[in-house]
Amino acid sequence: MYWEKEIETISRKNLEALQLERLRKSVKNASASYHYKNLFETIGVDPEKISSLDDIKKIPFTNKEDLRENWPYGFLAVSKDELVRMHSSSGTTGRATIIFHTQHDLDEWTNIVARSMYMTGMRRGDVFQNMMTYGLFTGGLGFHYGAEKVGALIIPAGSGNSKRQIQLMQDFQTTVIHIIPSYALHLSTVFEELGIDPRRDTNLGIAFLGAEPHSEKTRQKIEDFYGVNAFNSYGLSEMNGPGVSFECQYKNGMHIWEDNYIVEIIDPDTLEPVPDGEEGELVLTTLLREGMPILRYRTKDLTRIIPGPCECGRTHRRIERIKGRTDDMLVLKGVNIFPIQIEKILMDIEGVGTNYQIILERKDYNDHMIVKVEVHKEFFSGDLKQLETLRRAITEELKSDILITPRVELVEPNALPKSEGKAVRVIDNRED
Amino acid sequence: MKAYQLSIFAENKPGRLAKVTRILGKENINIRAISISSSDAFGVINMLVDDPERAQKVLSKEGLTVKLKEVIAVIIEDRPGGLDKLIQLLYDENINVENAYGFVLESWKKAVFVVDVDQIEKTQAVLKKNGVETLDTEALLAAEPFHYMKY
Repeated sequence: MYWEKEIETISRKNLEALQLERLRKSVKNASASYHYKNLFETIGVDPEKISSLDDIKKIPFTNKEDLRENWPYGFLAVSKDELVRMHSSSGTTGRATIIFHTQHDLDEWTNIVARSMYMTGMRRGDVFQNMMTYGLFTGGLGFHYGAEKVGALIIPAGSGNSKRQIQLMQDFQTTVIHIIPSYALHLSTVFEELGIDPRRDTNLGIAFLGAEPHSEKTRQKIEDFYGVNAFNSYGLSEMNGPGVSFECQYKNGMHIWEDNYIVEIIDPDTLEPVPDGEEGELVLTTLLREGMPILRYRTKDLTRIIPGPCECGRTHRRIERIKGRTDDMLVLKGVNIFPIQIEKILMDIEGVGTNYQIILERKDYNDHMIVKVEVHKEFFSGDLKQLETLRRAITEELKSDILITPRVELVEPNALPKSEGKAVRVIDNRED
Repeated sequence: MKAYQLSIFAENKPGRLAKVTRILGKENINIRAISISSSDAFGVINMLVDDPERAQKVLSKEGLTVKLKEVIAVIIEDRPGGLDKLIQLLYDENINVENAYGFVLESWKKAVFVVDVDQIEKTQAVLKKNGVETLDTEALLAAEPFHYMKY
């Protein structure tokens, strides 16, 4: 039942000793990068003097802004020749957060994805349909290589094309799927339309849900409809992507692979650590990444450590389902979107007024984004065609940046709440 | 001759037109003809009124987005083929009609057809050359419509 029994069930004492050894190496390695070298010199951190896990507090936090400011190579700790792949965080273009990997990094990443999948019961002989976007997004390739390592037959279906997805599941007797929860719900309506009952007409047994926060109720719905065991997972491209943490068979929190990452939960206001069991912001440090080590990365995700051991026997601590964000990031169809991205694009388009509003809605299990945009008072020439052209231009600009096609609605000047004060820029009407 | 219509940008939802007509009614401004073109969530209300400038002022004051748009008000015969004569003329000159509406001036005799075209100066020249009568805002004000009609 274990992929690597020894490391998965390692005693806390030995795990912490391993972490310290790897932390020292990782910090030293990081000091070869432009960013950390300057940082350590400025504040006087000596990588040689990390002598306990507690010493990690001497290292300042790393934020997404640091990654952006050092775009693209400022965090590289190896020469470019050693890199074999890059990924980026979803939903941003221009100065997206880029993460580079060496072959060693990919091997380690693939191993923890395989470990995670094996933990849920996936084995050699399973047919794994990966319904995630392949490309810069880590969800596609990350799971792909993990599944390959486990020895499953992979159907690299990619996202979308619902009828073909169902066809593939039937033709090749898919047993395991990897799917965005909102898409799983949407796909259930397609199954119904086609009169196909996944419980009766497919061999599905396991579903990996990822790339977007979802509730326990959503999981139950998916399990009931598909007749599967659905497992929650959490990862982020800055920390490789999928495989950072995963649910075991008990589905009570996600084990974070602490031999690969140091986990801290901090109070986002005081930045002080909170005790196990208390909610706070998740902070992660890579322990095995050579190409681009990242220390004390503030994920902005809110969660807590579930105290106590897990029945499965694994000693790696568990985090609870992500409760929310400390910033205003939105997740739509698995894509991360910051309202500021939308604002920047809108304000660069001639004819756009001062205010806008983002509305998220769920219809037939499908998420939609509506962007209401005020038209500039001087722009209107009395022509409907002109407005239509503006609407199309806004739609195209947004689509090329956030990778989702929003429904753009033009509204009269001053029709939306003012930007000063507490303007409600985002209205999330999505419910389970 | 120049005629001006009010073009009002409005969201496509109940209450927007009502706001416009309420203001115009209160201000004693008469609406001669109206057309609405809408596109999903928003639209444009086009109106011929007896005092376009004052109408623009009062509507703007109430927060509406209003433009005065130059249009051509063409007199056509109110009988079968009357409109066709005008449209064929525009077609021959490759002029595109973006928006149009009309009203009857004298039943079975005269009607006014208001057109918003892509080439306004060329259209005016073409109409003049062919002896087609157009009305300016003042003439429109003086005209006594029989009843309104939307094409």
